Amino acid sequence: MIRLEARPSPSRLAGILSPVIALVITVGVAAVLFLVLGKDPMRGLSVFLVTPWNGVRALTELGLKATPLILCSLGLALCFRSNVWNIGAEGQFLIGGIFGGGLALLVTVHPVALDRWGFFPLLVLAGALGGALWAAVVALLRDRFNANEILVSLMMVYVADLLLSWLVFGPWRDPKGFNFPQTMSFAAATGVPRLVPGMRLNLGFPLALLVAVATWLFLFRTYRGMQLQVGGPAPRAARYAGFSSRAALWISLLVSGGLAGIAGALEVAGPMGQLTPYVSNGYGFTAIIVAFVGRLHPLGCVLSSVLLAMFVIGGELAQSRIGLPAALTGVFQGVLLFSLLACDTFIQFRLRWRARA
Amino acid sequence: MNQVALLLAATLGAGTPLAIGSLGLLVNERSGVLNLGAEGVMLVSAVTGFAAAYHSGNEWIAFLAGAAAGAALAAVFGWLVIWLNTNQYATGLAVSLFGAGFSAFVGTGYVGRKLESGGEHSVPLLRDLPFVGTALFRQHPMVYLAMALAGAAAFFLYRTRAGLVLRSVGESPESAHALGYPVRRIRLAAVMVGGALCGLSGAYLSVVYAPLWVEGMVAGRGWIALALTVFATWRPARVLLGAYLFGGVTMLQLHLQAQGVQLPPQFMSMTPYVATIVVLVLISRNPLWIRVNMPASLGKPFFPGS
Repeated sequence: MIRLEARPSPSRLAGILSPVIALVITVGVAAVLFLVLGKDPMRGLSVFLVTPWNGVRALTELGLKATPLILCSLGLALCFRSNVWNIGAEGQFLIGGIFGGGLALLVTVHPVALDRWGFFPLLVLAGALGGALWAAVVALLRDRFNANEILVSLMMVYVADLLLSWLVFGPWRDPKGFNFPQTMSFAAATGVPRLVPGMRLNLGFPLALLVAVATWLFLFRTYRGMQLQVGGPAPRAARYAGFSSRAALWISLLVSGGLAGIAGALEVAGPMGQLTPYVSNGYGFTAIIVAFVGRLHPLGCVLSSVLLAMFVIGGELAQSRIGLPAALTGVFQGVLLFSLLACDTFIQFRLRWRARA
Repeated sequence: MNQVALLLAATLGAGTPLAIGSLGLLVNERSGVLNLGAEGVMLVSAVTGFAAAYHSGNEWIAFLAGAAAGAALAAVFGWLVIWLNTNQYATGLAVSLFGAGFSAFVGTGYVGRKLESGGEHSVPLLRDLPFVGTALFRQHPMVYLAMALAGAAAFFLYRTRAGLVLRSVGESPESAHALGYPVRRIRLAAVMVGGALCGLSGAYLSVVYAPLWVEGMVAGRGWIALALTVFATWRPARVLLGAYLFGGVTMLQLHLQAQGVQLPPQFMSMTPYVATIVVLVLISRNPLWIRVNMPASLGKPFFPGS
């Protein structure tokens, strides 16, 4: 009979291997699914695993799609490490998009003497402000009224979505847009500076990498970052040591909201160039998976963002090339997280063979 | 007068899916397990129920299929959190994300399909009563089932031995284990009951309430059902009350929209979500009130012999 037995100390090896095994399981499930759907599994897998890496254009698209995931997941990693369960990054992303898009719209209507490089810091600031504001509501209600942050942050996603919908159907709708729910296209000067001529990859990507380094420094090289993380696994120890759980709540929510907001603003001003009701690709929710697959570690978040961006692009390709619904991406993401969580068991436990007594 | 009766009737209809799902989650949480995957479970069973109704033409088969799908997905969740000791929050989120993706994928072919109408339902004789007849007795049988379920849940939890054991598992799994109760199997059973009822609720949404399949059609009701268990401080009767309150809010805002009230429809549609936040704030304001009523081991893993 096989039994689970607690390990004397957590296994580092299992911690590193777990995402790899989970990915292998997901690929296996994908292959079976392609077979069941009557598609050639090799072709299906290559669309998901190879094509997104093929060529300079594909690589830049991968970076572009990974950018919002990196930003959102870094904030979530900070939250989850502090035992603050913010699952509303999607809403904070949308509000950041509204703030950034609103600013871009303002500059489009009333031009100012700024070029893309001059506008970029303002855009980032606007996005951060919007996202942090939205997350601050969650922090306030948790801090002041003890309201569950999981449910509140999730409800705020729906509110943000409806707010965006109201803006693009109502006051911000392009008067010359044939009644489509969208704002006018932003002026060229509000775009995010691009890195490679002719490609959509923009300054957001290096910014996201910079934020990853900053998060690493904060988490592992500052006293405040250490305080935050003690509250997660050992709230009593944290209180005994005098570390404020309120500070952890506010810092993690404001930072993660701000980062998600920046991601939203960059998405709106960058590849989209206008506001529509469909600003997000579900980035805020995908980022939850990214954060866990990335072991809540900044470097891991960057790597798993690229991995999940690959799945997003793979889903789009699967739709256009082999006629499968793009929703397939969601299935694979779910399977990946499931298998990861199951594999994570072996960090704390090991299997033991034991004869029946 | 007739308007009010119709509004009441619609309120019961809108509150029913919330009531059924939330009652399931209540049983689930009373065993000490928190399933944040309710939204995903409801989505998967909504599409399963819709497909079953579409192919069989029988809504009861659809309800059964929805409940079975819900129980199956909940069993996966239960196995992960109870036997493999995975984090309940993270695993619940995984169920929600998987459910959203899976239902969208499976449902692609059902978007825009129509179901044959199940016809009007009513209780003979009582339906002809003035006012009350319109308000209460011209409902789908599932509406009455939800009320019966609340009664059954209350009876089970507070008047049967099995209910007592379930509650003790939720309060102190260590003591229950020491007394020789199979804590993990009891928890799995509770999780599957929760999944089956969430599944029933999802199937009701897509087969009776809507009746159609659209991606993401559960629209946060799984999360609202989770909030309702907190609002009800884990009491079945209060769950029913809360569900109808939310049904009322939803219907009132739809009614006002139809009356052409000068407010953008998006702001009206926000009301159920804002109401959830307001309700959570009001009920959670007093931490002691929550701590006294919440199952003591809720969300905490239990590993026998550790």
